[in-house]
Amino acid sequence: MTRKLLTGNGAAAWGARLAATDYIPAFPITPQTEIIETISVWIDQGEMDARMITMESEHSMITAAASAAASGIRVFSATSSQGLLYGMEMIYTVSGWRAPFVLVNVSRGLASPITLEPDHNDIMSARDSGFLQIHCATCQEVLDSTLMAFRLAEDARIRLPVIVNLDGFYLSFTREPVELPEYEDAQKFVGAYDPENIRFRASSPVSQAVAVLGGAPYSYFRYETHLAAQNGLVVYDELQKEFANQFGREYPAIEAYQCDDADIVFVMLGSFATKAQAAVDQLRNAGKKVGLLRPRLLRPFPAEMFQNLLADKAGVAVIDQNISMGMGGVLHSELAAALYGHPHAPPRLLSFIGGLGGRDISLEEFFEIADVTQQAVNTKQTPPPRLMYTEQELREMRKLQAVASVERNELNNSGGAKNG
Amino acid sequence: MYRIRFHGRGGQGMKTASRILGTAFFLEGYEIQDAPRYGAERRGAPIFAYVRADDQPINERGIITNPDLVIVADDSLVPVPAAGVLTGVDEHTVLLINSDESVDTWKHRLNISCKVFTLPAEAEERAELRFIGATCTGAAARLLGKISREALQQAIKQELADLGEAVIDKTLAKALAAYDHMKNHEGCIQTGSETDASDYTKPAWINLPFDDARVSAPDIHASANSVEVRTGLWRTLRPVIDYERCNKCWWVCSTFCPDGAIKVSGQTPEIDYNHCKGCMICVAQCPPHAIEAVSEQLAQQQEAEQETSS
Repeated sequence: MTRKLLTGNGAAAWGARLAATDYIPAFPITPQTEIIETISVWIDQGEMDARMITMESEHSMITAAASAAASGIRVFSATSSQGLLYGMEMIYTVSGWRAPFVLVNVSRGLASPITLEPDHNDIMSARDSGFLQIHCATCQEVLDSTLMAFRLAEDARIRLPVIVNLDGFYLSFTREPVELPEYEDAQKFVGAYDPENIRFRASSPVSQAVAVLGGAPYSYFRYETHLAAQNGLVVYDELQKEFANQFGREYPAIEAYQCDDADIVFVMLGSFATKAQAAVDQLRNAGKKVGLLRPRLLRPFPAEMFQNLLADKAGVAVIDQNISMGMGGVLHSELAAALYGHPHAPPRLLSFIGGLGGRDISLEEFFEIADVTQQAVNTKQTPPPRLMYTEQELREMRKLQAVASVERNELNNSGGAKNG
Repeated sequence: MYRIRFHGRGGQGMKTASRILGTAFFLEGYEIQDAPRYGAERRGAPIFAYVRADDQPINERGIITNPDLVIVADDSLVPVPAAGVLTGVDEHTVLLINSDESVDTWKHRLNISCKVFTLPAEAEERAELRFIGATCTGAAARLLGKISREALQQAIKQELADLGEAVIDKTLAKALAAYDHMKNHEGCIQTGSETDASDYTKPAWINLPFDDARVSAPDIHASANSVEVRTGLWRTLRPVIDYERCNKCWWVCSTFCPDGAIKVSGQTPEIDYNHCKGCMICVAQCPPHAIEAVSEQLAQQQEAEQETSS
């Protein structure tokens, strides 16, 4: 096992390589492109025995991925943000084919306005699709999760595609030391893929897009997919234990940090959670009993594990790096649903929005969130969802708006604008 | 934890420089994190890269707001607000600037009390500009005092393995010269203190107010912004047309210019230096080789001299 510096994108590519992927349909999009670039170089140099096809869109890419998976081979692909959305019709469609493959999504905020930097609204849009979701916080975890994702997807109790999510820039372009498993060890873990009855072949047509009349058969297929996704909790736990035994790295469905004796717990997804971990260290130094939970599995949702880990905590602050317009943070709603009515549910569950479009979450912001949560605990009043923002940030925003309005006036005066 | 920030322009090798430093730290047994940061990738646009190094796993991520060392490969970036060169610079920070101006000039100009170093000037030869990243990294490695000459050498060989021996040799020479040049200042960089949860400056937190859609819709107003943004400031190399050699074909350079910065009036091409980013595509495409690449810095110096003499 060698330890080397890899970006999150490099780690994802290594995951595909070590899993002996057969086929990679691809379409470029920042900040994901480095993954397919890396794989294409390996294939070109004969270091990886796989076929890569560049498609004309993500819609075709997802279709090709699932079609290839339906022929019983191991498939990997990757996308991001607008690309994931462009392929969304097929994301929802192909999960119903029950042909497993692994898709890496490099999270990037959605337009409008346009950004290249990360948040989770892209991946949240695939939440209800039937794809399972693993969220990563380090480059090591990206590699390891990709290996685990193939096992999860291909397990006979599940047979659904899996998305491995990593944050753009914060992981995709960031190098960290990563332990690279030996090929043989990775193969021992991932194993050969047994496609069972999945045998889509040329000249023997099978329709995957079955039309059903009436809600009862439709409901049957959809609910079976849900039950298969639910099986993911048990299967994931088995295989993460097996992974830990073989490689010595542990990835429970929810990572708990300083949680046992904590009064207040942060809940966060993805790489920004490591910043929360640094904040927890500082808050502990200051004598505050704060902990952190980071779900790795978002689908299936580890509800029972949350109920146990958060039992009798005084206050919980969910920091969502996404926003559901007109509601608030998605993870907050999900957690509220999991905890509601549970006898040991924490009395205060607060919602914070942070890190949209890669906006930094400073240590000071975590300190403030801990304070606000403590106040909610003390006063027994839960404040509404809140985007943390500083006066300074608003001042900078106002400056940009002032510049824009000057430009608009100049255009109006010069007759350059048609709709001033 | 060491927190190091590199500032440069797209194409000046800041990503590579940060990776060389990151790898050198890693070879010395440190846990590290290195990453570039940019918008849409454009040659000449301000970019930065950062390196963190610690003796334990690093949880901090993203932008460095409290740097121990700030490296500026291109001094024209200092006054560009979007580049954020001075973000978080305090008394403990060391500033390393590639500049012909003196340390005192920079201290006075920026009104800062921290330690400032300038790099040996090397703008004379255009061909040397592409090695500015190597010079920066070599100097930084010595100032940090934790990276041996051997680790620096090995890191360069590792990071540039695909570029061939000639580039590696040249880079080694540049980096090691800068490393030796900083001998007397070895280890002058101190790690900053960590943010203390019981004693910190609280930002002014606000609740974002509702703004009417007439204010809060993210409009872009026609083309005004692209004209007003003087992207010519990004240029490190300047294309100069030799009208004696220009065969007045009137379209090759202007057609290939990706920024529409070459206008043909009559039969003569003219470069709009306010918006030419210095990508050098026209230089490469011109059939009679009538466009020359000149160091922007030298061209500006000559212009200034001409102005004072006239």
